[in-house]
Formats: sequence, structure tokens, C-alpha cells
Amino acid sequence: MLRKILPHPGLSALLILTWLLLVNDFKWGSLVFATILAICIPWLTAPFWPDRPVVKNWLAAAEFVLIVLYDIVKSNITVALIVLFKPKSQIHPLWVTVPLDLRTPEAITVLAGTITMTPGTVTADMSADGRSLLVHCLDATDADAIRDDIKSRYETRLMRIFE
Amino acid sequence: MFAEILVAALLVISGVFALVGSYGLIKLPDLMTRLHAPTKASTLGVGGALIASMLHAIVWRNEVSWHELLITLFLFLTAPITANFIAKAHMAEKLKSGDLPPTGTDRDWATLDMSEEPVQPEMTPPGQPGRPS
Amino acid sequence: MIAAALTFAFACYGIGVLICLWRVIFAPSIPDRVLALDTMVVNMIALIVIYGIAIGTGTYFEAAMLFAMTGFVSSVAYAKFILRGDIIE
Repeated sequence: MLRKILPHPGLSALLILTWLLLVNDFKWGSLVFATILAICIPWLTAPFWPDRPVVKNWLAAAEFVLIVLYDIVKSNITVALIVLFKPKSQIHPLWVTVPLDLRTPEAITVLAGTITMTPGTVTADMSADGRSLLVHCLDATDADAIRDDIKSRYETRLMRIFE
Repeated sequence: MFAEILVAALLVISGVFALVGSYGLIKLPDLMTRLHAPTKASTLGVGGALIASMLHAIVWRNEVSWHELLITLFLFLTAPITANFIAKAHMAEKLKSGDLPPTGTDRDWATLDMSEEPVQPEMTPPGQPGRPS
Repeated sequence: MIAAALTFAFACYGIGVLICLWRVIFAPSIPDRVLALDTMVVNMIALIVIYGIAIGTGTYFEAAMLFAMTGFVSSVAYAKFILRGDIIE
């Protein structure tokens, strides 16, 4: 019964939170309207959500968010220094293939987004069977070190969160 | 006083990072490297400005404003997606399989893959509840 | 002090938008234009937010929010059009 009214409880909670943030003020009226939206929207969009992302370990998820925030700040400084002070001829871009152990699409999406936001790396593509990611590095010489860094720093943590 | 210094510092930092991000657009040699500068530098730039705005609202106007948080989250979620799409557009237009490292699997990179089979990670087939192992 | 910091930030973002505009006009390839337009949108959002701080009101956040959304959708649509020659398949 509850599954029928709320096919996607996580999305519903997120919708209520987003609506309250948009209203920018807490009123009981807006909470009622947020609840109406939180029931209607998941119900209308349920056909687009064949799978539910399952977060198994919320503590690990919080740790992951903090690590990524720290890395974003660090990567900003590294990239800014490279852009400002390295002459064009000394910047060595590099393509890296990262084989994936993750299998769920949500986890792979999070990993790809994280790689884009962190030190000097951008996710460019995924292999057609979803087994490896193509990562572009702004300035690097050692492909193996970057691959191992991504795998140990982010992928093992995502494994703990999603699988 | 402390809040004033903090807001001013955040504004200056955000301005510097955004300027570096835009400067990277004209300085770096090719599109894939150019992609790095705006996606990173601008996000922290705008993030700094938005946090400064939040602090300013709390201290000077005595009201808590949550919109900034929403915009920051939205930008952090969408920046990787835009970057990925631009990289794919660039790959489709300029690069061939020979320019890229091997995938390590039997299929090519998704943008360049010409086979008829669908492009997807191993998902559960539709209509079957449960997760892949 | 905040007034000085605001002026500095205005100058930085203004120059940033000008650089992006230059990139949009003189770009070596079309994905470059999309990237420059996307960066420009991000800089414009920051300009709107800073203007909101300067005149001390929260009214401009709806504008910044809408700008962020339309900017994201248009960048993705443009990139997808280059990629596939079509937006909605």
C-alpha cells in the first residue's frame, strides 16, 4: 500500500526539501503543497525510473561527500596554478582508461561526476558495454598512478555505499 | 567585523577563480584541456560568491536565505554533465579510435562504437525487480 | 571593505564574460563555442548574485536560478545536437 502511494520515497523526500528551499521560508501551507507535489511527481514519473538507487551505507556516503568537497577545493587550486603559471609547451595532457568494478548505473554516474569535479581529470566517455571509463588528465605523465588513485580513493568507497 | 572580512575574502577568491577559469579558455591549447578550466574554476568561483551572499543575508539583513544553497547544488550537479556532453561532441567530431587508449574490453568507446547492440552498462532487464549481482 | 571586494569581484566576472564572448566569436570549433557559452552562463549567474549582494536584496535569486536551469538545458541540447544531429530522438 505504502509502495503504491510512494513509489520512490527518496525522491519524495528530496522534492519536499527542494520545494521548501525554493519557498525560502517555512510555512505549514507550503509544506502541504510540497507533500502534494512529492506524491504526484513520483507517481507521474514512475515509468522513467525502472531502478531505484539503493544507498546501503549512509555513513560512508557522508564521508564520501566530505572527501569530494575537499578534493574539489584542492583541484581548483591545482588547475588554477597550472592555467596561470605553466607554459603551454610544458602541459602534457593524457588519456587514461579506468576499468570499472562498479556495475550499477547510478554508482557509475556518481563516479564519473566525481572524476570530473576532482584534480585535473575529466570523464570523457564510457566503453559501450559499461566496463571502463575514458578519463582525460590536464597535466600528467603516469597513467597507472592516476588510475590506481581513482580506483582506491573513489571507487572502493562507492562500492561500500552502493553495492 | 569578522563576518565582513570573511564575506570580502570569499568574494575576492571567487572572482579570482572565475577569472582564471575564463582565462584558461583562451590560454590552453586544445578543447579537451580547455574543458578543465571552466568546469573546475568556475564552480568554486560561483560557489564562493553564493556562500558570500548567504552569509551577507544572515549578518546584514537578518534573514536566512536558502536559494543560494539550491543554486550551488544545481551547479555542482550539472557541471560534470555539461562537460561530459561537450567532450563527447568533441570526440564525435575530431577523434578516431586510434587517438584513444584501448578500452580493455571487447567494445569500443560508446561515442565511437558502431555496432548495433545497445550501449549500456549491465542493467536489470525492464520488468524484473531486483539488482544485478 | 565589502564595497571594495564587490568592485573587485564585479571587475573579475566582467572580464571573464568578455573573454568568453571573445571565445564564442573566435572559436576554432563548434564544441568550443558551446563550452564558452556555458562558462559565460556560469559567470552571469555569479554576476547576478553579486549584484544582489551589492543592492542588498534577495529578489534576484529567482533570476539566477532560472538562468542556471536554462543555461544547463541549452548547453546540453546544443552539445547533443552536434553529437547526434537531433535533440529529441
